[in-house]
Formats: sequence, C-alpha cells, structure tokens
Amino acid sequence: MFNRLTATFLASTMLTGAAWAETTITAVMHSGLRVLDPIITTAHISRNHAYMIYDVLVAQDSDFQPQPQMADWTTSDDGLIWTFTLREGLVFHDGEPVTAADAVASLNRWAQRDAGGQVIMDRTESLEATDDRTITWTLSEPFVPMLDVLSKQSAIPPFIMPARVAETPADEAITEYVGSGPFTFNEAEFQPGLKVVYEKFEDYVPRDEPASWMAGGKVVNVDRVEWVNMPDVQTAVNALSSGEIDYIEAMQVDLIPLLEGDPDIVVETREPTGMQTMTRMNFLHPPFDNPQIRQAALKAVTQEPILAAMVGNPEYYQVCGAVLGCGTPLESDGGAETLVQGGGADEARALLEEAGYDGTPVVIMAPTDLVALVTQPVVVSQMLREAGFTVDMQPMDWQTLVTRRASQAAPADGGWNIFITNWMVPEISNPISNPMLSGRGDDAWFGWPTDEAIEALKEDYIDAETPEAQAEVAARIQDHALENGLLIPLGQYTLPQARRTTITDMIDSPVPVFWGITKSE
Amino acid sequence: MLGYVLRRVLAVIPVMLLVAVFVFLLLRLTPGDPAAIIAGDMATPAQLERIREAMGLNDPIHIQFITWVGQLLRGDLGVSLISNTPVAAMVADRIGPTLSIAVLTILMSVALAVPMGVLAAWKHRSAADYAVMTFSVLGFSVPVFVIGYLFILVFSLQLGWFPVQGFRPLSAGLGAFLSTAFLPALTLSTIYVALIARMTRANMLDVLGEDYIRTARAKGAPERRVLFRHALRNAAVPILTVIGTGFALLIGGVVVTETVFNIPGVGRLTVDAILARDYPVIQAMILLTSFLYVLVNLLIDLSYSLFDPRIRY
Repeated sequence: MFNRLTATFLASTMLTGAAWAETTITAVMHSGLRVLDPIITTAHISRNHAYMIYDVLVAQDSDFQPQPQMADWTTSDDGLIWTFTLREGLVFHDGEPVTAADAVASLNRWAQRDAGGQVIMDRTESLEATDDRTITWTLSEPFVPMLDVLSKQSAIPPFIMPARVAETPADEAITEYVGSGPFTFNEAEFQPGLKVVYEKFEDYVPRDEPASWMAGGKVVNVDRVEWVNMPDVQTAVNALSSGEIDYIEAMQVDLIPLLEGDPDIVVETREPTGMQTMTRMNFLHPPFDNPQIRQAALKAVTQEPILAAMVGNPEYYQVCGAVLGCGTPLESDGGAETLVQGGGADEARALLEEAGYDGTPVVIMAPTDLVALVTQPVVVSQMLREAGFTVDMQPMDWQTLVTRRASQAAPADGGWNIFITNWMVPEISNPISNPMLSGRGDDAWFGWPTDEAIEALKEDYIDAETPEAQAEVAARIQDHALENGLLIPLGQYTLPQARRTTITDMIDSPVPVFWGITKSE
Repeated sequence: MLGYVLRRVLAVIPVMLLVAVFVFLLLRLTPGDPAAIIAGDMATPAQLERIREAMGLNDPIHIQFITWVGQLLRGDLGVSLISNTPVAAMVADRIGPTLSIAVLTILMSVALAVPMGVLAAWKHRSAADYAVMTFSVLGFSVPVFVIGYLFILVFSLQLGWFPVQGFRPLSAGLGAFLSTAFLPALTLSTIYVALIARMTRANMLDVLGEDYIRTARAKGAPERRVLFRHALRNAAVPILTVIGTGFALLIGGVVVTETVFNIPGVGRLTVDAILARDYPVIQAMILLTSFLYVLVNLLIDLSYSLFDPRIRY
C-alpha cells in the first residue's frame, strides 16, 4: 500500500513536473535585432520582432487577401468612410485595454513613415476615434486598395501601440515596447544584436480562424522564444546538429549538404515567392539619363547566369521578369523576353550606337561584405562590358554603399550609376509600395527618376475597382517600368530554412512567425 | 617606485586624449551613415535626412566632438546610435566573456608553453626540441578558425563533451563556465603556446650559454634549480613582454574566435559597431582597448624588477 502510494505520488509529481517544464524555442535569425522601433526602420528583423509583440488591425493571408485581425471593417457605399471596430478583449501587455484612440495615434505615426500610408493620408479628410472601439476614417476621394495597404506585411506594417508611445515623433525611436501581440518582450534579457527573449502573453485572445500568413488565430503553444544571433552560419549549423538550437531562419545554400543526411533535421522552403534581386540605375547622370541607354543595359542582362553565380542550386532560384514578382496576383511578364531568355546583347549594342554612347564609364557599386549581394555586380558588369559599355566596378562595404547611393553627385565626384539590392517579393508585389515605381524625382527612391507616366498609372491602379482591372493596370505598369528602365529584375530566389524535427506545425509565411508551433522533447 | 608609477599613470592622460581626438576624426572621415542602418533599405533620401537630423548627425563636427568630450568627462560613454542602449552597459555586458576567456587562454598557454620552451632549450637539437618547434610552426600557421571548427567537430559534435557555442559566466558555476570557455581558450592557446614557447626557448638558449650558469653548474647546483631559478628568471623579461602584449591583443582581437563559438564578447561588439557605424560604441571600445594596452604595459614594466634585480625604478 505504502509503495503504491509512493509510486502514485512520484508519478503525479513527475507529471506536474513535466507540465511545468517550460518549452523554449531557440531560433537563429537572419540578423541580430538592434532597432526596436518597427516604424522608424524598414529592417526586416525589426518588423519580424514587431509581429511578435504587436498586433495589426487587418492582416494579409496566404492569398494576399486582407483579413480582420484586431478589427472588422465596413465601408460606405461611396467608398469614402471606412469604419473599423476593434474586437473585444484586446489588452496591451501592461494590462491596459486597447482603445480606438491608441489605434488612431499609431496609424498617424505609421503614415508619416510609410509610402502607402502617405498616399492614404493625401486622400484623408479625418481619422478619429468615435468611441472606445470604433475608428472612423473619412477619405476625400475613394482609395480602393485601402485594405491592401493596411494589411501588408512588408516595409512598415501599421502596428498598434499605446497612444503614449505612438505620440513619439516619427523620426525618433520609441523607448517603450508594449504591444498587444501574442508574445511579450523581455527587456531585461535583451542584448542588442545578440539575443532577444519573448514570452507567451497569457492574456492574448487569438482569433478563431486557422492561422494563414499574418492573419488568423495566433495560438501560442510554447512558453518562451529566444532569438539568438550567430554571425557565422557554420556555427549555427553545428549548433542545430547538436540540438542546442531548434531553427535556422536563413540557411546558406552551399551548407545544406551538411544537414541533409541528418534524420533529426528538416531543410525546407517555407515561402515559395522568396526574394527578388534587382538592379537600379541613376537617372540623374550620363549615360543612364538617356532612356535608350537604360534600355540597352536591360537588353544586355540575362538572369540565368546571375542566379547561377549567386545561388548555385536551381532548386532555390527562379528566372522571373515580373517587376511585381512571380507568384503574386499582379505578376506580368511584358518586356522581359531578353531578361529571361537571353540573346539581347546584339540589340543592346545597336541601341548604344543609336543613342551615341560615348564610352562614359558606368560606376557600379559592388558590396564586398554581404554574401547575398557579392556576385551580382560582377556578372552584371561582365554582361554590360560585352554589350559595349565601359564599366568601372568599385568594391566597397555595404555601409559605404548605402551612404554613397544617397549622393546625387556625378559618378566621377562620388556619385554612382548602378547598384544592386534584394527585396522580399511581398514588399514589392504592390505598385503603391514598390519603391522602384516612384517617379517623383528628388522624392523618389535612390536613382531619382522623374516619371509622370508611372505616377499616373499608379493613380489608375488606386482607382481600379476589380481584381481584373487591377491586373490590367499592373500589366501596363510592368511594360512601362521595363521600357523606361525603372529597374532591371535579376530573378527570384528562396532562402531555405532548417529546423529540428522536434518542432512542428510551423506556419508557412514570408515573416517567420512563432505562433502555431509545437515543440516535443 | 611610487613616483615612477605616478608619472606613468599621469602620462596616460595625454595619450588617451590624443587617441580620443584621432579616433573621433578618423570615424568622421570614414564613409558610412548610422541613419542608413536604422532607416533600412526602403527609406527615401528625405526620410534618411530627417533621421540624421533627429540623431544630431547633422551638427558640425566640432559641436559633436565637444558634446562627446563633455559626456566622457562626466563618465558617460553615451548611447548607442543604433540600439538606443547606454554604451557603458553594452560594454559591461560584453567585457566579461572576453576577459575570462583571455585570462583562461593566457593561463593555459603559460602553463604549457614555458615548460615546453625550457625543455626545448635544455634538450637543444634533440627530438623534444624539434617536436616543440614543429608544434610552434603549426600553431602559427594554421588559422584560428580552422582549429576552432576542428575542435568543435571532434569535442562537441562527435564526442559531445562541450556545447558547440555560447557562453556561461563564472557566476553560473565553474563547471558551466569551463564547459563553454574551455574550447575557445584552447583554440586561442594554440597560437599563444607557439609564441611563448618559441620566445622562452630562444631566451633560455641565450641565457644557458652565460658564465653564471656555468658557475652555478660548477658549484653543483641541481639541474632543475639551474634551469628554473637561474636561467628562466633571467630570461623572463622578454617572455613577460610577450605574455603581456598577448593578453592585450586577446582583449582587442578575438573576433574570429568569438564568432566561431558565438561568444557575446567585445570583439564582436566592436566589429558589429564598425559595420553599423555606431560611433559611440566604436569610440568607447577603442578608448577602452587603448587604456588596457597602456595599463598592461605599465604592469609589465613594473613586474620586470621582480625578475631582474638590476632593474630599479
């Protein structure tokens, strides 16, 4: 009897012990988190951090469709009055209820920094909290893609913060990190650039729908998530093999064979659209102030060799001439024949001759310290040379590049002609938020095209009322963008991830999310 | 002696001031913009400019310098431009791992290298001598990251004796500390063992040919006493210099090892800060490292007199 009692006691303590054991997911992210204000920066790691601790009014699902998240919406028949109603039971991590006033303050700060937000504000008559749970947004003219902009997960999503935090000027970083999202931020354990700790927010009430991308029920099944930064991918791979960490967000393709034989590890692509790599030319200075020479550069480039040099394994890249990305609702391929098939060099040479190209050297800025950007300038330079351009490829670190690309000086005086960068496909999949598609001269993105036609096309897009009409405008945008060399798409690639088999039910999403996941011991 | 120490300590002030001015100017002349890191890739030039303005980066250089020196004099190292965290707290957070691994490395290196060097000199041109010299050449020529990965492969992945990465402080217990600090220290030791062993051997060889060694042996002193009391003590001054500067180097430059073993030390802090052009952090780190060099040099100078009675201050 005594033995049985002891056994029962032991079993029950072990069971409760097991129930009490904290589940922690240790994840190695693509970079260290340093900037904690997701509105001041467009850095992906800061946005990913924000999705952990903040919530949004509406969110995009895996079909790129806006879904209710913190709020439901209605719109007036004329499309001018948008009413958002916060769902019940929303609380911030400090225990205070989320009110419409918090949302209005947050939206105002966000709109000062986000390109899409600015466009909405240009058409806004008033944005106010009409009661504790109701936000009334009155427009001066209809803005059809309103929900697309509000729900987007890229660049700067409109995260909702307490009003006292959201009242921080939009160009100063916030210093208090209270959200109403599914995780809380553990400030005491935060080490900038090294480690971030999140804990499950017990008072978070998830939606009932299944999770899909950033929408649906954010059900948290673990107690703690630790983001650890490892600057060396090999170290992360070793740590994953030994079971010290659970997940690597961005694997280097050439290290995948190290993990492939391990039955405890899965290498997979969580989001098929991935990233777009692309070239930007400077419209202010010769030779690319001449549209014919920009067209020659586009004809000179072929994607396949660039992607092969950059990624290597064809399983992880895709030739794609779509300005708004392949695999997106607005995908279109006009004007991209030579980019995807090659064979444009002769045409490029002819165009150069016709334009009277005088051999002005093309300054290409080539970063040496970012693996994802090292190879493209080398291959692009070679292609331009073969087509008859004089190329001056200048190696530099990424920091120098981002400073220099802001200079409007002539290339010979510290300016530039070409640089290459990469975007997540969802962040360039919409003409309003795609930075390359701004034609506002000095106010446009680096390269500063003055292009009234593209601005008019974007107005058409804003007014297009059906998905079919939007796709039709998007096709015209594609043709115009490539014809005028607003960018040269260089193709798409995906970043495989790796996880131990002990963690399951990860959600497919371009933003790595930690709700839904379960971990077994 | 006290007067000498005081003079040396006071001499630190102009050195540090010069270092401060030099570092400040050098950083401002280097292209790069912390606002660009904060704003991210999508920011427009106008947004960048507003962030620069909010951060005070548009102030004239001399105003920025005066603000910084003013902060320093108040003992305030400033706030990181990127993460908004006090620099002093960031450095304090990161110096522990680096310092403890540096101390462990030097202890392990000295414990191994000095006897090896003495043995090699004593058994000059024997198999033992050649073995020590071969090891030294290897220690110098194999890059530290190769050794690090090799140790991880064998001791962590195959044998499972140590974790692959990370750091536990001494306050978590000696066992926990050693489990994370041993492999990095061993990796770094390979270089320092090689360096110190060669230095010890060369200096011992010089000293072993001296008259007083012959005298000591002629007087019938036991060999161990001849080697360690007479010879090593007289050969110690240059060896100490190598150990001292080696320690200072370890504090400033263990970036590769910290990266391979994912140790949150000041080496990585400095490199990250440089890549992000986080001026306050870089300035603080360079000042701190220079101060350590000066301090270590002073300690080495003072310790000479302990070993060589001819040196008096």
